[in-house]
Amino acid sequence: MPAPAEARGLRVPGLPGVLRALGLLLVAALIGGGAPSADAMGAAGAARAAFAGPTASVGSKNFTESLILADLLQLEAQRRGLTLVHRRAMGGSAILWQALLAGSIDAYPEYTGTLRAQLLPGLAPTAHDAAGEAALRATLARAGVLMGPPLGFEDRYALAVPSAIAQRLHLASLSDLRAHPELRYALSNEFMDRADGWPGLRRVYGLAPRSVRGLDHSLAYRALREGAAEVVDVYTTDAQIAAQHLTVLKDDRHFFPRYDAVWLYRRDAAVRWPALAAAINALAGRISVQSMQRLNAAVQLQHRDDREVAAAFYATLAPGGSAAQAASSAAGSPAPAPAARGTGSGPGSGAQLLARTREHLLLVGISLALALAIGLPLGVLGAQLPALGRPLLALSAVMQTIPSLALLVFMIPLFGIGARPAIAALFLYSLLPIVRNTLTGLASIPAPLVLSAAALGLPRHVRLLRVELPLAARTIIAGISTAAVINVGTATLGALIGAGGYGEPILTGIRLDDVGLILRGAVPAAVLALLVMGAFQLLERAVTPRGLRQFREP
Amino acid sequence: MEFRFEGVEKRHGPNVILQSLTLRFAAGSVSAILGESGAGKSTLLRLLLGLDWPERGQVLIDGVALEPARRLAVRRQIGYVIQEGGLFPHLTTLGNLALLPRHLGWSRERIRARAAELAELMELPTALLNRFPGELSGGQRQRVAVMRALMSDPPALLLDEPLGALDPLVRDELQQRLAALFRELSKTVLIVTHDLPEAAVLADRLLLLHGGRIVQDGPARTWLEQPADAFVRRFVAAQRGGLAEALSGSRGVHAGSR
Repeated sequence: MPAPAEARGLRVPGLPGVLRALGLLLVAALIGGGAPSADAMGAAGAARAAFAGPTASVGSKNFTESLILADLLQLEAQRRGLTLVHRRAMGGSAILWQALLAGSIDAYPEYTGTLRAQLLPGLAPTAHDAAGEAALRATLARAGVLMGPPLGFEDRYALAVPSAIAQRLHLASLSDLRAHPELRYALSNEFMDRADGWPGLRRVYGLAPRSVRGLDHSLAYRALREGAAEVVDVYTTDAQIAAQHLTVLKDDRHFFPRYDAVWLYRRDAAVRWPALAAAINALAGRISVQSMQRLNAAVQLQHRDDREVAAAFYATLAPGGSAAQAASSAAGSPAPAPAARGTGSGPGSGAQLLARTREHLLLVGISLALALAIGLPLGVLGAQLPALGRPLLALSAVMQTIPSLALLVFMIPLFGIGARPAIAALFLYSLLPIVRNTLTGLASIPAPLVLSAAALGLPRHVRLLRVELPLAARTIIAGISTAAVINVGTATLGALIGAGGYGEPILTGIRLDDVGLILRGAVPAAVLALLVMGAFQLLERAVTPRGLRQFREP
Repeated sequence: MEFRFEGVEKRHGPNVILQSLTLRFAAGSVSAILGESGAGKSTLLRLLLGLDWPERGQVLIDGVALEPARRLAVRRQIGYVIQEGGLFPHLTTLGNLALLPRHLGWSRERIRARAAELAELMELPTALLNRFPGELSGGQRQRVAVMRALMSDPPALLLDEPLGALDPLVRDELQQRLAALFRELSKTVLIVTHDLPEAAVLADRLLLLHGGRIVQDGPARTWLEQPADAFVRRFVAAQRGGLAEALSGSRGVHAGSR
C-alpha cells in the first residue's frame, strides 16, 4: 500500500507530544484514502465470519454527502422495518472498502469512477458501456459485493477557480491552466493520490504548476477564501461552488471518468436482510445533482445537522408521501439511532463529553495495559540477551515509523472496525517506549552495581527483582508515561475507524469547517494528556526510593 | 577456605591477561595481589567468584574444581568488596546488608542482630544503618561494604582496591581497622591493590603480577632484599619510603602515600 506521503500541506513541527499527535490527526484526516487494494479480499472475507454484526449497518465516508446518503438509506430501511446502524464518517474510500470486505459494515455509498480507478485498478477506467459495467459487477461479485442502481446524480472531480480569476485570466477549460503555472493549487489529499486524480490529470493536460499542496477537501475552500490558493479540486455537488462564486473548468480532454453515485452492499447481507436491498433499489434515480448540492449546502453552509437535513428531504421524497407520513412512520418504530456520538451541541454535550472520555480512556487504558504485559518482559529479556535486544529495539522503532493512519488501515482486515483495531494499533505504538526504556534502564545500571549483585550469590531473578528493576524504575516509568501520553493523542485517530473518543468531534469539525467543534475534541484530549503526564510524575515520585531521589551514584 | 589456580590462562580478545598461572592460597592466609592497572589483578578475584571463566586450566576451591553449576553456592561462601563499595543506592545500609540473608531465609531479628554486631566490629554508628548510601561518607560506605561481605560470616574475603577512593586520613584509619580484623577473623583473605605500603600493612604475603605472571611472591621484606628482576626493583623504588615506614610499624598520619 502506498504510504500517505502526501501530507505536504500541513507542517508538523517539533511540538510537544500531544500537539504533535493532534497535528497527526489533522494530517490523517486529510489523507482520505491512499490504500487501494483488492488483494485483501480473501483475508478480509475470512475475517468476515468473526466480526459479522448482529444488526445491519451502513457506513459513510468522512464528507457531508456520504453522511447524508447513508442517513437517507437508514430512513428508507427504517420505513421497511429494518433498523440500520449508521457508522458515521469512517474515513476515505479505502477504509470504507476494507470495512465492507471485512464485513464490518454491510453497505456504503460509492462512486463508479472511484471503483474503477482506485479500488479495482485492474479495470479499464473509462469503459462506461454495458460491457464495462458487466465487468465491474463481475469483479465486485467475486468479492461478494453487489452494486445498486445509480442514485441519479454524478459527483465527479473537477478543478475550479474563483470566477474573478477565471475572468481575468480567461480560464474556461482545464487546457487553459497550462498557460498559468504561477497559480497555486490546493488539492485534497485523496485527489493527489488517486490514479484518476492529479497524477493522471497533470499528465493528460501537461500541467506543471509551481506550487501544489495537499490538504483536506473542506479546508481547500477556506484556503481559497483566504487567498492561499487559486485552484482547487471540487466535487461537482459541492455546495460552495455557487456560494463562493467558483468557475468549474471544463474537462475538454475528457479525462475524468463517470462518477455515478451507487450503493455497494454485501451479498450475504442482502440475503439476510432483504429490506436492505429493497431500500437500496427504492432510492434509485431519486436524487438529482441540484438536490444533492442543496442538501450539502444545508449542512455545510447553514450548519444544520445532516440527519435533520436528510429527514426533511426524505419526507418530500417518499412515494405519495408527506412530511406527516414520514414523521409518523418514524415515530411508530424505534427512532433511527440518534447519534450515539454525534457532533454534539446543546444540552446533551456534558454527557457526551463523559461518554467520549470513557471511550478515549478505554482505548488508551486497554492498549497500554497490553503493551505493559508484553513490553516489560520483552525489555527485560532484551536486556539479558543483547542478541535479542538489538533486533527487538529495531523492530519496535520501525513500528513507530509506520504512519498512524496506515497502521489503523492495516488493522481493519484483522480486527474489523471500531475499538478493536484502534486498540491493536495503539498497542503497537506503545511498545517502543516501554521496551526501549525497560531495556536501556536495565542496561545502563552501573557495572559495579551489577557486579556486586552477582557476587553476592543471589539468583538471577532475585537480582532482577530486588536490585535491577528498582534501579531502572525511573527510566521504565518515564517510558510508560511517554507511551501513555502518545496514546492519548494518537487515540484521537481512532475516530477514523469508528472507535469513538475525542477524535470524533475533531473529525466532524474538520468536515464541517467548524473550529469550535474541533476544539471540543482537541481541548479535552490535551487536558487528558496533561493529566496523564501529571499522574505519572506522581507515580514516579512515589516509586523512586528515597536513596535515588536526592543522590546519584554513591 | 583454600584457593588454587592450576595452569590458568585468561585472555581478553587477543590480550593475554593471565598465562598458565599456578598458585595456591592456604586457608586462613592473608595475601595481597599487586601490579599495575590492567595487570589482571581483578580478573584473578573474578575467576574465584565464577564471574569470569578461564580459557584453560582450572580454579579449585577447597580442592574442588569450580563449575558454573556451583557458582552461586561459592559466591555465598566468599565475601566480596569492590572499590567504592558497590552499595545499592536504592536500599538503606540495613537493606544492603539484608539482601543475601533475606534470600537465605534469615529472620528480621537475626539480620538486625548480625548487622549491629558488625557495626560494632567495623566501628560504624548504628544510627547509620537506616541511612541511604548517598547519605554516608566514603569511609562509612566502605565499612558498610565490608559489613555486607561479612554478613553470612563467609570463610573467605576478597577485596578489590577497597581503600582506593578514600582520602589519606580515612584511608589510614580504615587500613588499621582491616588489618586488625584480618588477624581476628582468621579467614582466607585476598586483597587487590597497587599500593605497596598498604599491602605490607594488611597482608603477610605479597604477590606481584606482571605480564600475566607472578614475578615476586613472598613477605614484604623479601621484596626489598631479594627483588626477582628489574621490574620489581622499579616497583619497590617508586614506593620505597612508604614501604620502609610500613615495615618499621611507625606509621603516622601521612602514611599510605601513593
